[in-house]
Amino acid sequence: MENQEYRIEMQDIKKAFSGVYALNGAQLRVKPGEIHALIGENGAGKSTLMKVLAGALQRDGGIVKIEGQEVHFSTPKEGKLAGIATIYQEFMLAPELTVTENIFIDRLNQEGKIIKWKRLTKEAERLLSEMGFDEINPGTKVSNLSVAYQQVVEICKSISRNAKVLILDEPTAVLTVKEIQKLFTLLKKLKADGVSIIYISHRLEEIFELCDTITVMKDGAFVDCIPAGSIDKDGLIRKMVGRELNQMFPKRNAEIGDTILEVEHLTGSELVQDISFSVKAGQVLGFYGLVGAGRTETMRAIFGADKWESGNIRFLGKSVHFKSPKQAVRAKLGMLPEDRKRQGVLLEQSIKMNTSITAMEKAQKSGIFNSKKETDFVKGLLAKINTKYTSIENPASSLSGGNQQKVALAKWLAADCKCIIFDEPTRGVDVGAKTEIYHCINQLAKAGLAIIMISSEMPELMGMCDDIIVMHQGRIRGTLSRDEFSEDNIIFAAMGGEK
Amino acid sequence: MAQEKSKSNFSVKNFILKNNTYLILLVLFIVCSVVSRDFLTLSNLVNICQQYASTVIVSIGMLFVILTGGIDLSVGSIVAIGSVLSAYSLNSWGWGVVPACLISLLVGTACGTFTGFLVARTDMAPFVASLAMMTMARGIAYMISNGSPIMTPVNSISVLGTAKIFSWLTWLAVIAVIIVVAAWFVTNYLSFGRITIAIGSNEEAVHLAGINTMPIKMATYAISGFCSAIGGIIACSRTGIGSPAVGNGLELDCIAACVIGGASLSGGVGSPVKTVVGVLVLALIGNIMNLLAVPSYPQDVIKGIIIIFAVLLQRVTNKTTN
Repeated sequence: MENQEYRIEMQDIKKAFSGVYALNGAQLRVKPGEIHALIGENGAGKSTLMKVLAGALQRDGGIVKIEGQEVHFSTPKEGKLAGIATIYQEFMLAPELTVTENIFIDRLNQEGKIIKWKRLTKEAERLLSEMGFDEINPGTKVSNLSVAYQQVVEICKSISRNAKVLILDEPTAVLTVKEIQKLFTLLKKLKADGVSIIYISHRLEEIFELCDTITVMKDGAFVDCIPAGSIDKDGLIRKMVGRELNQMFPKRNAEIGDTILEVEHLTGSELVQDISFSVKAGQVLGFYGLVGAGRTETMRAIFGADKWESGNIRFLGKSVHFKSPKQAVRAKLGMLPEDRKRQGVLLEQSIKMNTSITAMEKAQKSGIFNSKKETDFVKGLLAKINTKYTSIENPASSLSGGNQQKVALAKWLAADCKCIIFDEPTRGVDVGAKTEIYHCINQLAKAGLAIIMISSEMPELMGMCDDIIVMHQGRIRGTLSRDEFSEDNIIFAAMGGEK
Repeated sequence: MAQEKSKSNFSVKNFILKNNTYLILLVLFIVCSVVSRDFLTLSNLVNICQQYASTVIVSIGMLFVILTGGIDLSVGSIVAIGSVLSAYSLNSWGWGVVPACLISLLVGTACGTFTGFLVARTDMAPFVASLAMMTMARGIAYMISNGSPIMTPVNSISVLGTAKIFSWLTWLAVIAVIIVVAAWFVTNYLSFGRITIAIGSNEEAVHLAGINTMPIKMATYAISGFCSAIGGIIACSRTGIGSPAVGNGLELDCIAACVIGGASLSGGVGSPVKTVVGVLVLALIGNIMNLLAVPSYPQDVIKGIIIIFAVLLQRVTNKTTN
């Protein structure tokens, strides 16, 4: 009997990616007509759990029941047919088609060979006005709508397919305050109609305003399920964190030297607002923030990959404003980008080429590549950071993720950089390789480089950094020194809490 | 023992896979020698070299663009400009052969640079930018020649078209070899070549490694225009006539040659020497079918089939080596 109370029941869900558990003992129960928040820090497994529910991923273990019936979806389509709809951050709309076309895109000629435009347009109009969005004209091209309205169209599309469960992943990240209120009104209306809504967000205020129940996840596992009224923000944050630091972080005794990079009131895009910090030789400075907090954007601006408007940057004692990465590299600032495969390495090119690309003149004699000189140069750099490879002529793709990252790093050593920014250096590498990369970073710090390390893993930052800066929505919300490190303090600042 | 055996097997297989471009050419060469008695004669082989010298040169230019992940459809039209302009300056302006060639090279390079500007600076798709240039350059060629072929003075540029060093070595072949060697040197030993390949492999990563990709990309189109102009001069020298219709469809042969030579149209992979092999594969197919008196339309069909076959073979081999 009790089972029937829930529309969705996920019990003890397991899911592993190449041997590493992303989900291990996850649980979620959602009632009809309920807005259910799913929270947890980055990498807690929220998105993975939702993909399992929607059929985009297949679980390795556990039970998923919908309306009391156990289900096994092997494709997202099966999930859709069972009434589960996901609204992703990047909308799955065709921008050049009209609202009507988008809503009915998979059912345009359901009633015969010829599309009955009049009827479909009327139907779209009815759906939109039912949701309280009369102002959207079904004949408008989606690309002409604001992001908020596009979201409404996306929701409309799902509802028109009789979705019973709506999954929203950070829906308010792209909306203004006013638009957020409209979205909430819509969601509350859908709730009254009996739709179950699973709401993933980092913004706790929103969750308290909107949601009935909160499920907290940590490290791929279920922590607690609480009615929203019976807990406050601090209590919630405490549930999200609390993990033991493991022993994988090597000790470092680097001498702290002169200030290398000094940033004052840097302001650029919306995600780079009034950023001030400095990093010294031998220091490792961490940057924490939840997804979309503006860490990468800040670093790209400093590095000259993005523009910035006001503020001051001093690098090696000189005031600088890099207009392109080229200028930054010339000044001896390097950056290891967050997406290794897309931005960091040339996968199909040789390890040799990947390493010497920033300092080709050091592999040449009078402008012509010299095989011996280049080989010595490259091998020397790779040896410095213990890179494992069979031949430097092999493509970078032949290496493991950790060693690829080292090759990407070696090119900054080639360019003789004085400060290196690591953006998520251990993403997608296995545990052993992580420790190796930590060793590399320590070694560089010891050699007198200034290191900036962006990471979404709190333990990693706490184990590696001298100081941690926490960002939230484009601003610095806290600068923590070693004795203030705790997951509570970090997550509190990352959630936008004032101190 | 068993292990050793499998090891030696593997290396033979590897050798075949690695050199499949050359093997295709070798097989084709043997087949041609067998099916036609006229194939393996000095005059026929010299004739092939003469006929395809310009295709080799233009394909090398195309290769540079393809290495960056781009494409240059305008090469055939720039060949026409090169052909017409050198003939016109010889004929109507009474210029010498050297200045006539120089002006053609200059204009051809300028055309390529403009395409490169559109691609690198305005972020226009290479297909579109070079398509526009293709139309414009062809139009310019017709404008210069007023729509009809231009005769060149006797004993001027046409001397180049037939000049030989030895009975088996013509000047056109020498020019082609020089260009290929130069391209080989650039791609293997100069930063420019290195960056060209790197851009095709991952432009974003190259940019973030602190390299300004724009001038490099632009330069590859300039090289393509330059090579096309040489191709045009050669076309003019072989017939003694500057024709605005010459080089029609040449861009497709050049792209095919690069692809048969193992170049990837998404960039980052390709070699000048293998591109020459690609041209030679096309050349042998065309030549043998002429010798066997296959009519021209079926020739095109067979050529297409062989291109598909060659590229499919590479796909298979690439997959197995990975």
